[in-house]
Amino acid sequence: MLSKGLKRKREEEEEEEEEEEKEALAVDTWWLDSDHPAVAQAPPAVASSSLFDLSVLKLHHSLRQSEPDLRHLVLVVNTLRRIQASMVPTAALPPVPSLPAAPGMADSLLASSDAALSASMASLLEDLSHIEGLSQAPQPLAEEGPQGRPIGGAPPSLGSLDLLDPATGCLLDDGLEGLFEDIDTSMYDSELWAPASEGLKPGPEDGSGKEDTPELKETELKDTELDYLMDVLVGTQALERPPGPGR
Amino acid sequence: MAGAGGGGCPASGNDLQWCFSQVKGAIDEDVAEADIISTVEFNYSGDLLATGDKGGRVVIFQREQENKSHPHSRGEYNVYSTFQSHEPEFDYLKSLEIEEKINKIRWLPQQNAAHFLLSTNDKTIKLWKISERDKRAEGYNLKDEDGRLRDPFRITALRVPILKPMDLMVEASPRRIFANAHTYHINSISVNSDHETYLSADDLRINLWHLEITDRSFNIVDIKPANMEELTEVITAAEFHPHQCNVFVYSSSKGTIRLCDMRSSALCDRHSKFFEEPEDPSSRSFFSEIISSISDVKFSHSGRYMMTRDYLSVKVWDLNMESRPVETHQVHEYLRSKLCSLYENDCIFDKFECCWNGPDSAIMTGSYNNFFRMFDRNTRRDVTLEASRENSKPRASLKPRRVCPGGKRKKDEISVDSLDFNKKILHTAWHPNDNIIAVAATNNLYIFQDKVN
Repeated sequence: MLSKGLKRKREEEEEEEEEEEKEALAVDTWWLDSDHPAVAQAPPAVASSSLFDLSVLKLHHSLRQSEPDLRHLVLVVNTLRRIQASMVPTAALPPVPSLPAAPGMADSLLASSDAALSASMASLLEDLSHIEGLSQAPQPLAEEGPQGRPIGGAPPSLGSLDLLDPATGCLLDDGLEGLFEDIDTSMYDSELWAPASEGLKPGPEDGSGKEDTPELKETELKDTELDYLMDVLVGTQALERPPGPGR
Repeated sequence: MAGAGGGGCPASGNDLQWCFSQVKGAIDEDVAEADIISTVEFNYSGDLLATGDKGGRVVIFQREQENKSHPHSRGEYNVYSTFQSHEPEFDYLKSLEIEEKINKIRWLPQQNAAHFLLSTNDKTIKLWKISERDKRAEGYNLKDEDGRLRDPFRITALRVPILKPMDLMVEASPRRIFANAHTYHINSISVNSDHETYLSADDLRINLWHLEITDRSFNIVDIKPANMEELTEVITAAEFHPHQCNVFVYSSSKGTIRLCDMRSSALCDRHSKFFEEPEDPSSRSFFSEIISSISDVKFSHSGRYMMTRDYLSVKVWDLNMESRPVETHQVHEYLRSKLCSLYENDCIFDKFECCWNGPDSAIMTGSYNNFFRMFDRNTRRDVTLEASRENSKPRASLKPRRVCPGGKRKKDEISVDSLDFNKKILHTAWHPNDNIIAVAATNNLYIFQDKVN
């Protein structure tokens, strides 16, 4: 469901990953042996290279999730940027055992990774915001229902202007009838899950109601009578007695 | 104040001898993912203790009344109610499964016989009513004992229904469902001191709700950049001030805390106060930002201070001083040299919570290897304790643990390399008044009390 652009970039990076894998494994063991407290600040270029690889791997893993953990993603990306920033000045990586990459190759890896990284990050985040926009598409139908849209996430300015007094920031009572109705919860005893179903069925109920023909209205009446009878039989409704003599 | 340490001095983390009280949960080595506890919370009186797990279930424990004939089972917590709060859902629009894991539980202050709590997963918040039924009515006129309706024309005499005692039944019912207001993952909920509203926070937005209204919420903070490519910071936690109903704080992944006043503007994108400690240049590393990311923020009960938890430390801030914290407590400084490995195995992203004791004189937070740490703010002493089955004899005192950072290991010390990073204590809670603590260790809930208590 994510953009094709992302896939394409990933393919490129997967090739790079394979090349670096052999080196990464060997380097892993080197910096994992971290009893030495100075490891985190070890020769920056060398530490950066393996950390960079690791961070790219983490980024890929994060991006592959159907719904990435945004905090994890942002932290990894920021760390990657930090590592990149520290690597840029160094034209060549100092020789490290079992790291056969030539300086030139390292540079091009960096350059292409950088572009691929930015592109994949950008496209992912754009996708996230597009998806959000998509889920808010029904928003314009809000006028139909008296209670407004159950779907939240309204553009902040719109939501706030409508419902918050700009001066005091307090909830407005105007136009929100029933906002502070009786809070006795016994009212809701037979309405379990009703709010959720409201959320799933947007405005159209009201909209179609306005176009009822007389025939339809008749059917509706019969339906409600039927419901009433059903409820009585099932026992959820008390039987309403007809008025007796003398009343 | 109940549970005072003796001698009239305020009870705190270290004047006391902490003892094992109870452990809840299975003993199996193989832990089912669904049973992993994801949140722990005492209610306002401390009589109820709620846990949420990855399987979307909520289990509530109730403290037993002290019984003179059984002085040893003083204040034990037993299961009061269990219910399925959230189910796994599928978002068809995005083709995503929404986890049922309970991220947070927050109790509402009790206003009548029933108890109310808010529980949330990544997307939906629910208000649950937990009520007791210990009587039932018998002798209806219109229906017989089986519930079948009686023919009204056959009734020749009327009787008054009477209430008869029955076995206690505790019912949990969902009273409100607050859905469809969060695009990103909800990390926090917080009930306002007005007892009418609450906030919910996800990675980029904070919404304000009225407890009675489910079909709309008000967005009060939005840090989503116009261009998502510019995203560099997310919201990690948020909480209302305990007394000032217009004030709340939220923390970020960059180690900053913003205090907002809802009276100043409808949209609180502009903060009233900004708390950040300048970075120590000598300890700067590639991981500086990750370890500065705040995983929890909690106001003190007094409302004068707030506490933040980042990866290696707990900081106490005076709300009147934004430039730096008034206290910094190291939780596991010995991990600083291991950050590379912890980054590799993702432990560096673990989100630890923290909590205050009733009088705000001590704070507690979790660590690895099922260790948890307590800091006494007055005496400046700290202690490391362990939640383990080995120390589970009734009323057995907990022995302080020590971690050896490196080099020679003394007797009774454990070396850093021997720590089990899969045994993490992320969630802890402290009884609001007494010295009783609840510590969640994966799928087990440990309850410890002090000896005097």
